[in-house]
Amino acid sequence: MIILEFALITFLIVCAIAFTFSKRLLTSVIIFMAYSLIMSIIWLIMESPDLAITEAAVGAGVTSVLLFLALKKVNALKGKKDE
Amino acid sequence: MSNSNYNKDKIPSTHSKAPWNAFVGWVNGDTPEDKFEKPELYQAPKQSHDAHNEESAVQQTPMPQAENEQEYNTDHTEQGHFLLKEKFTKFYKVYIVIAVIIGCFVVGILAYAVCCLPPYGYAENPVNNEVSEKYLEDGLEDTGATNAVAGMILDYRAFDTFGESTVLFVAVIAVTMLMKRSMNKKDEEGERLVAHETEIDKKDQNLILKYGAMILVPFIILFGVYVILNGHISPGGGFSGGAIIGGGLMLYAMAFGHEKISKIITYRSFTVITSCALLTYAGCKAYSFYTGANHLGGDIPKGIAGAILSGGFILPLNICVGITVAFTMYGFYSLFSKGDI
Repeated sequence: MIILEFALITFLIVCAIAFTFSKRLLTSVIIFMAYSLIMSIIWLIMESPDLAITEAAVGAGVTSVLLFLALKKVNALKGKKDE
Repeated sequence: MSNSNYNKDKIPSTHSKAPWNAFVGWVNGDTPEDKFEKPELYQAPKQSHDAHNEESAVQQTPMPQAENEQEYNTDHTEQGHFLLKEKFTKFYKVYIVIAVIIGCFVVGILAYAVCCLPPYGYAENPVNNEVSEKYLEDGLEDTGATNAVAGMILDYRAFDTFGESTVLFVAVIAVTMLMKRSMNKKDEEGERLVAHETEIDKKDQNLILKYGAMILVPFIILFGVYVILNGHISPGGGFSGGAIIGGGLMLYAMAFGHEKISKIITYRSFTVITSCALLTYAGCKAYSFYTGANHLGGDIPKGIAGAILSGGFILPLNICVGITVAFTMYGFYSLFSKGDI
């Protein structure tokens, strides 16, 4: 179990660093989704399933969709204008 | 033109005072007309520079002024662009160094704070004080909810949850004000865009999305309803379940277009249902204040702990919060994508 926790936290840190260093905004949003998913599993391990459900639904689902829509509004999904 | 002369007299040719002079010029009513005159004024020393090419030593004096003028009205000429670029590259180099220093500093402080934290799950931690003891011991008896978290946020601290729901409602109102297309004034550009997108949606047979949504959406919404209705028994509650239902509605709208879902959820029904849910919550809370503000509805029968119909006011409050959150999430999506609900 401890190995799983360390692996998850390592993934979390890798996601957080990759999130800031990715050039494309679309990639950033997808990494953000992965971050939220890992975070929800960590909440589950830390015995707070309420937060896990909310994190998975809001963090990985709704927020990402809203960010995708915002990127579409500013024409950043095609991969040309974003940086 | 008088303003330009004023600047020409007043601006000292030192580099550092330029922003201040720009500010002074702005305060003195530097209109855009003046800005259009600036490049001419800038051109003059440059031409003289070309004419007297040999006397470069004398020519050095107008150049800083030109630089100043350039910073003053930001760009419009190539040299101005170049100067600005140079300035910004300098700035970004310093910026990166400062950012790294500040980042290391903050990370160090946070790491030090983590080292000082009490160990995880230790019995004598400061979180294990009499408040949580009271909640854990008397919670089931007081609220009738097996889920201690639901008992806490919807009974002991129901007023906070009311505030949270209201914040979401206010947020969706603000997004409506910003994004909703006007009903009276026909926005032709927006209409054309929406028509174009619906045409693309019809043409584009997104089979994976459609079949995936067809299979997944009923289960997602069912799970959301389960999470809301079981909020006082098992983990979950109004907010989580509402967010799950909102996600399901968003997936449905994404796969099958807005036309189908707008038969069920119109702008009118959206506002009416959300407001009614919030008002019901407010009524329950007002009743609790009326009966002495000890608990939410102290004299409501609690029922058998663990059954669906138990926990007094917690179940209807969960439903209210869930409806508000689900409709708010869907409203965000719909307003962002279509500009309407």
